[in-house]
Amino acid sequence: MEAQGPPQQALPDLTARRSRLLGDSSRRGVVLSTTSTVVVLGVLVAVFLLAPGSAQVRHTFFNPTDMWKALVGDPKAGYYSVAEALWLNIRMFIAAEIGILIVGLVVAVIRQSTGPVLLPLRVVSTIYVDVARGVPLILIIFAIGFGAPALQLTVISDQSAAVYGVAALVISYSAYVSEVYRAGINAVHRSQLAAARSLGLSQWAAMRYVILPQAIRNIIPPLLNDFISLQKDTALVGLLGSIEANKAAELFSDTEFNYSSYVVAAVLFLILTIPLARFTDYLIRRDQARRLAGAGQ
Amino acid sequence: MTNQISERTGSADALVIEGLRKSFGAQEVLGGIDLAVAQHEVICLIGASGSGKSTLLRCVNLLERIDAGSVWLDGQLITAPGVDENLVRRHVGIVFQSFNLFPHMTVERNVTLAPMKVLGLSRDEAVARAAELLGRFGLDEKRADYPDRLSGGQQQRVAIVRALAMRPRLMLLDEVTSALDPELVADVLDVIRELAEGGMTMLIATHEMGFAREVASRVCFLADGQIVEQAPPARLFSEPSDERTRRFLRRITDAGRL
Repeated sequence: MEAQGPPQQALPDLTARRSRLLGDSSRRGVVLSTTSTVVVLGVLVAVFLLAPGSAQVRHTFFNPTDMWKALVGDPKAGYYSVAEALWLNIRMFIAAEIGILIVGLVVAVIRQSTGPVLLPLRVVSTIYVDVARGVPLILIIFAIGFGAPALQLTVISDQSAAVYGVAALVISYSAYVSEVYRAGINAVHRSQLAAARSLGLSQWAAMRYVILPQAIRNIIPPLLNDFISLQKDTALVGLLGSIEANKAAELFSDTEFNYSSYVVAAVLFLILTIPLARFTDYLIRRDQARRLAGAGQ
Repeated sequence: MTNQISERTGSADALVIEGLRKSFGAQEVLGGIDLAVAQHEVICLIGASGSGKSTLLRCVNLLERIDAGSVWLDGQLITAPGVDENLVRRHVGIVFQSFNLFPHMTVERNVTLAPMKVLGLSRDEAVARAAELLGRFGLDEKRADYPDRLSGGQQQRVAIVRALAMRPRLMLLDEVTSALDPELVADVLDVIRELAEGGMTMLIATHEMGFAREVASRVCFLADGQIVEQAPPARLFSEPSDERTRRFLRRITDAGRL
């Protein structure tokens, strides 16, 4: 039979052209990239060690003796254990996180609502989000921490600095988190709402049983990202005088004239945040795997 | 609330639509639809894509707000102001082209959610109702599965069961086989056939002309936002009176779908 179609020419070689540097083995590529990374890091370490003030910096920031003293603390000498102070950060973090999850959700649901009845609340929520996101966290902490006691109200004006700090964190972060919730709600396809409403479920019931469970599943990674940031920002509450990890480190440096305590605080915060960061990565990977599996149906 | 719902005496029709108009922006999708559906009647809506079949069904379910006209359900005006749309929807089931099962719930939970949360059935009652329906349509073994484990045909049958679990007076089916692979269509059509034989009043938008011919008591051809022609299937398919109907059916025949 006669060949069909256009005249056949020999297909040119389709093998990828190789970089001369990398050669033809991917193993050599790995070796090269590892080596270059090590070299760059090595240069940075060398610059640090060989700098004229290196010895001085290492003494004030990385002195093992001072680091240990800061870690365990000595109230008689005028400073507290940074590790113990971190416990306050953890408690503030947990309290703030619960508050943020609730307030953020309420604000998001109000902003997503339709209908004239909730219009005043929608306006208030929108203004709240604009203001709380626009004002630096540190100013909100000062406003609550110094403003609430000055009002001389019962209960409200008699709280500890940590409580005001948590309140400020909730006010600031709930605005961000409400936007994360809103993105999650909008990402659930409109047809889900139509299906729920068509069965006779009210707007609220459709939200609660159909939309929100799907939305929250989608936003767990971005929420965790905000909480990593929240863990660190509990340090700002030290500005109100609470002895949290950063404040404890500051007290140590004021007493001993050595900054190693700050390095201790930094390492402790890392120990706190890195597991959460890895957990977030794990959730994102699992979610991707599930999506791929779902697409194969 | 009842006093605000106009009574329409002397009508035994399950559904009456009068002068229904609906526009999206400047585009008029439905330009005055009149249609009466008797109890136990099965009406098939046919017509090209974009002729307004889906919009008409969504208007009957009150998922779309109509611009003008009226819709009566069993003699009650459901398009009047003050009508609780959630109460109306308890009695009108709708099934969509894209199934729209709730992906985070098992099949059983998909079916029991509305009976429990809307009708106030206990879990046991709702589960019993779901089991009965799922069993009837061959979905017994899928009760504990999530929708993404099901084939398209199974998902659509679950969607039908989910609507039936509310014991609606009227079922609206919006091109329920259009998103299915050809070999899965028959199962879903079997379910609808069984419903028709059981006396369910249905309004069905469909591209399955063979099915419409078999199951419909009346077929309506929609074009340009109007019901151009309506007749029993035998007459509409063999001797259509309107030129637009003839042209539409010729195109369908040429495509080998009739």
